[in-house]
Amino acid sequence: MSDNDPVAAFRIEAGELLESVERALLDLTEDAGNRALIDEVFRGLHTLKGSGSMFGFDALAGFTHHCETAFDRVRKGQAAASRGLIDVVLSALDYMQSLLDAGSDADAALVAAGDGILAALASAVSDAPAAAAPTPAVAKGWQVRFRLPPEAMVTGSNPLGLLDELRDLGDCTVTCRFEDVPALADLDPTECHAVWEVTLAGDISREDIEDVFVFVIDDMELEITSLAPEPSAGVAETAAAPTEAPRAAARQTAPAQESVRVQAERLDELMNRVGELVIAQSRLELIAAAGTIDAMTLRAVSEDIQRLSAELRDTSMALRMMPVSNLFGRFRRLIHDLAHETGKTIELVTEGEATEVDKTVIERLADPMIHVIRNSCDHGLEPADERAPAGKPAAGRIVLSARQAGGEVLIAIQDDGRGINRARVRAKAEAQGLIAPGATIGDGELLQMIFAPGFSTAAAITNLSGRGVGMDVVKRSIEALRGTIEIESIEGTGTTITLHLPLTLAIIECMLVRVGEGRYAIPLSAVEECLELPAAEVAGTSRRNFLDVRGDLVPYLRLRDSFASDHPADLYQKVVIVGQGRGRVGLVVDQIIGNTQTVIKSLSRFHGGVGAFSGATILGDGNVALILDVAALIGGAQKAQRARSERPAETAGEAA
Amino acid sequence: MSDNTITLPDRMLTFGLGGEFFAIDAQCVREILEVPPITRVPGAPAFADGLVNVRGAIVPLADLAVVFGMALTAHAEDTRVIVIEAEIEGEPTTIGILADKVLDVATMDGVPIDAPPPVGMKWRPEFIRGIAHHAGRFIILPDLARIFTDCVDQIHRNGAALLPS
Repeated sequence: MSDNDPVAAFRIEAGELLESVERALLDLTEDAGNRALIDEVFRGLHTLKGSGSMFGFDALAGFTHHCETAFDRVRKGQAAASRGLIDVVLSALDYMQSLLDAGSDADAALVAAGDGILAALASAVSDAPAAAAPTPAVAKGWQVRFRLPPEAMVTGSNPLGLLDELRDLGDCTVTCRFEDVPALADLDPTECHAVWEVTLAGDISREDIEDVFVFVIDDMELEITSLAPEPSAGVAETAAAPTEAPRAAARQTAPAQESVRVQAERLDELMNRVGELVIAQSRLELIAAAGTIDAMTLRAVSEDIQRLSAELRDTSMALRMMPVSNLFGRFRRLIHDLAHETGKTIELVTEGEATEVDKTVIERLADPMIHVIRNSCDHGLEPADERAPAGKPAAGRIVLSARQAGGEVLIAIQDDGRGINRARVRAKAEAQGLIAPGATIGDGELLQMIFAPGFSTAAAITNLSGRGVGMDVVKRSIEALRGTIEIESIEGTGTTITLHLPLTLAIIECMLVRVGEGRYAIPLSAVEECLELPAAEVAGTSRRNFLDVRGDLVPYLRLRDSFASDHPADLYQKVVIVGQGRGRVGLVVDQIIGNTQTVIKSLSRFHGGVGAFSGATILGDGNVALILDVAALIGGAQKAQRARSERPAETAGEAA
Repeated sequence: MSDNTITLPDRMLTFGLGGEFFAIDAQCVREILEVPPITRVPGAPAFADGLVNVRGAIVPLADLAVVFGMALTAHAEDTRVIVIEAEIEGEPTTIGILADKVLDVATMDGVPIDAPPPVGMKWRPEFIRGIAHHAGRFIILPDLARIFTDCVDQIHRNGAALLPS
């Protein structure tokens, strides 16, 4: 995809349009009949149709036209924005997205799928008789007074064009008022300061006049008063436009996933740093060109470059950060659909949406979070008739919250449902052989059982969840992001699942170790402690690879053997104990070199599948070091441990 | 019995490896480096078990001598890493390949090319697109895309070879 590809740019823009239309539709479900929202949906569809046909997406433009027509009827009050209509248009949006993905080569099957939606659309519009439709207000004439936002001309609105359109409606007199034009010294000629008063005569409806302003109405002041006395309506209309403006602005914050929107000030900051770096570089050049090298000046430049590169690192990291509102916004639609499918009333509350997380984390969080939210809605929240006896409000509540704590971001998904039934988890875990029957097990450990592969306590498999795939995948996805999951659940009151995620993926603190001749990096967040390998274990004769760490048995792995190193072993071998979640494993290394900041680079296809490494990094001396994949090593060690513990049982069975 | 169905790119980079001569499309060559420090990747197949730092990018290092079953020679003064751009399973990848000696960039227009003989070869015929006669030498035209894909397949088949089981 080239940067200048207009079709690609259109796809991104269209994706954003669809998102904003979807948001407006969802708002409309909560605030039925809100005129500003209906207009926003209409404008979004209209723009999509226009630019779609401009870029050759004819199928999309044609389809969008029908939706636009339907919403035009709603605007004109000929149909109501009923729940049914909104659901149809929501599914139409999904269909438009697939048309957008298919591009110009939309096949017959896809087009046929659209006809079904159109049929539903037609019936939804006609089914909903315009009960609430106001009779178009027709008067002898209108007094229209409008003021455009100061930046209107910069953004491409043309007041003359608007006036021409008004003129087309009927006879009119235009007065321009200059009271607000500042003194010449303060005048910015690119801003629009004039206020226009237009007297329109003739048989014109209020809607016709508003149509003229439909694309600028959000930010402008518009007063339409009837020349003939018309009670109340005029006042209500004027109030709507100004309050709508900030809401519309707030809604435009969700960027497309393919591209990153960066705040201009962050880019400026980056440019400043680069500028300073160029200056430092030319100073360095001067030093190099001088016959003798002055150690003092060189050191000064070196210090400057060190400071600059640290700042550059921080600023470029900030470019990758995105607010979680991008992520949370997507779940509104999910909750809407889930409420529909389960027949429950679900209320979504979001908190801490401004919390910023690395872009990659946000992208990779969507799927696991969808799963957790589905679980909460399906299993967690009770049907309304069960909630009332428990003294809970009929509407179930899902709270998504995000906050930063140290180097971590905590994202919590909380429901006020029935909570996790310990007895059922236990019974299921025993049935699956995850724990021995009757074994004592901590509450936290018991709850972690739901992350075991194939685990599901749902009595019946529903469309939403309960197939037993999922929570283990969720856990793995979170661990792949070097995060952890925590569950709190109170039976009868609700469940909170908290995801602990690192702030960024690109740079991590690592412990550098040496195994044979190779140097390897271990993410410091996973390192629990370092000890010396006891002399009894060094010989490596004993078959059992367990260490006694203050009473806990910790399996260990001789990395020298795993990595087939033929370099002579150091006399004193060290054990680095790494842990993630509940698993722990000791890694036997030759030497612990120290801590280092590493920039993670992913491995190519040649080495991504080797399994023990999550990436590689470049060390200070320019050499490459591999980063150990702690989760994979622990998982492997646990599997080996389970296999070992099962083997004696089998032989015992055979003997009997 | 020349088989001229293979159209060669305009310019080919020729290099020596394990006593044989090879030629690859010069267009996909990004740069040629002296051998940098190599980091071994435990558990990776011998053909591509190294990583090198090429201007801040971490690049896998492949040794064609392993693919063609040649004796591995110690790195000498003339040994070079040829950094090439290739597509592996549709993903553009930068790869370094080792050469005992880089010879030159040659135009091989109209050079007779033999199909790899089905018998009498010590290496796998599917890895060779043909053998060219050029400047009094037999020059092997390796099918790099095929070799790399095969290597990646092999890794996927072996799975996570390093994890304890």
